[in-house]
Amino acid sequence: MSDINSSIKDSKVRNLQMAVLSVGKGSQSEETGIAEIKMQTVDLDFFYGKFKALAQINLSIQAKQITAIIGPSGCGKSTLLRAFNRMNDLVPHARVEGKILLDNQDIYAPGVDVVDIRRRVGMVFQRPNPFPMSIYDNVAYGPRLYGINKRATLNEIVEKSLRQSALWDEVKDKLNQSGMSISGGQQQRLCIARALAVEPDVVLMDEPASALDPVSTLKIEDLMQTLKLSYTIVIVTHNMQQAARVSDFTAFMMIDANRAGTLVEFGKTPQIFTNPKNKQTEEYVTGRFG
Amino acid sequence: MNASIAEQPLQIVHRINPRNRYKRRMLANQLMLGLAGFLTLLALVPLFWIIGYVILKGGQYINLNFFIKLPTPLGVPGGGVLHSIEGTLILTVLAGLFSIPPGLLAAFYVAYNPNTALGTAVRFGTDVLSGVPSIVIGIFCYALVVKPAGHYSALAGGVALAILMLPTIIRTTEEMIKLVPHTMREGSLALGAPEWKTSLKVTLPAAISGIVTGFLLALARASGETAPLLFTALGNDRFEIGRLVQGGLRNGQSLPTIFYNILQQPVDSLPLTLYKYTQQPFPERVNQAWAVALVLMGLVFATNLMARIYVNYRTSHR
Repeated sequence: MSDINSSIKDSKVRNLQMAVLSVGKGSQSEETGIAEIKMQTVDLDFFYGKFKALAQINLSIQAKQITAIIGPSGCGKSTLLRAFNRMNDLVPHARVEGKILLDNQDIYAPGVDVVDIRRRVGMVFQRPNPFPMSIYDNVAYGPRLYGINKRATLNEIVEKSLRQSALWDEVKDKLNQSGMSISGGQQQRLCIARALAVEPDVVLMDEPASALDPVSTLKIEDLMQTLKLSYTIVIVTHNMQQAARVSDFTAFMMIDANRAGTLVEFGKTPQIFTNPKNKQTEEYVTGRFG
Repeated sequence: MNASIAEQPLQIVHRINPRNRYKRRMLANQLMLGLAGFLTLLALVPLFWIIGYVILKGGQYINLNFFIKLPTPLGVPGGGVLHSIEGTLILTVLAGLFSIPPGLLAAFYVAYNPNTALGTAVRFGTDVLSGVPSIVIGIFCYALVVKPAGHYSALAGGVALAILMLPTIIRTTEEMIKLVPHTMREGSLALGAPEWKTSLKVTLPAAISGIVTGFLLALARASGETAPLLFTALGNDRFEIGRLVQGGLRNGQSLPTIFYNILQQPVDSLPLTLYKYTQQPFPERVNQAWAVALVLMGLVFATNLMARIYVNYRTSHR
């Protein structure tokens, strides 16, 4: 813990951390004096070519907590989320300035293996995107990538992941059926199981329930509460009620005068929704704009 | 405010009479419908005319011997076109082998790098290539393969047909790859899979039914081509795989050597035989040409049917 603290030289970051601490979980703060930070952006700027999409983002993601990123459309929520596992590498001319630390190591530093980053930081997408293969193979896809081919081991991983994503009981008798044959809500939980199968530390969720019906949405939200016991979760959502319901921390983003996304306010979810310090946050969460 | 508008009585500006010019509208409708139906039938006439005429002319000359015998000398009854059926088979397989692997890879490249210099060049190249007359491709392959080797061969014919198929394969495969949702690819990449593995394990299986259909249609198209074969495969009415294999084995050759030798032979194909037979002044040859036309049409029809059945099978087993 202390080395994390000492390595942070930027005063802005420290201030932010203090702010987080003041609202952080009481027990953690009392025991260790500092909440465990899993990921952290330091003065993060993000560019699509010449266009600056994110400006000066300083955000700390607490370990084994759910952090929600909210904000109006086009404010850079998804861009930020995708920066956390370098999915933006795929976009031509996308560029990052500043740092994103995962366990205190810069994921954009030269020499960092992007494959390793993506194994440690998994992702669940807006629309369920099962692969055109069986349910079993969908979950086993990740482990196989990392060289696990023993049937017994794979069976174990598949069952464990499907149990974790609360899908096992529904699909255990049809593991050989196509992943595309199950319902949308089940497909999304399959995608969560697929992400969990490589045992990530962090799971990024990009509006994971926006394409699902209310019942499936509730299932996903319940699931997130179980998952946070073992994983750090970052969720982007358009649905403020959802953010209020599921998350421990909330980050509110807006575009600034230059149309770049900025972090307006970050804090514990109840505080953001009931007692926001920033006027823009207040207007947004009370539904007066956006 | 809304309520006040709702309370106002609706002002009738112009009373529309539903029976206004009713007869005229009905008549115009009937007329256009009839015209559309008639022209649709007219468009189908050539298709059914061709099929019917070919069946009428060639159907009676088709029998078992037609498929399993080599041509007999003129005046000797019987005989068939085994040589060109086997030749067509060999040429099609060769053309597929030469065109599908590079076509598939090029399609992946173009689909994922559409705006790079090479991507643009490939796309432009395929457009131009698909417009090149097939006989020009034949001459090109004559200079490329036949001239250096010093003889006509199945190999040269296969290369010519492959070049002919390449643009179709690249374009249809590219379209099918582009139909695969981008999010599916991202799902794989987000797990840390490299791009090539994502393409192989996720994108290709997702697009495979469309891609295979494209292959089959391109093969069907190529197997009906004559012009590129005139300067490459030439024709060979003594060509018989069974006899060549037996002969090779008797001489103690290994199977790969035998197959290599077969590929070095000139071969016939159905369209080539058709072209040659129709030019002969002998009625029995001309009759056989009609029968060949029927077999060729049946082959193309079967390939198309296979493509459709395959797609239906894939879509119902998802």
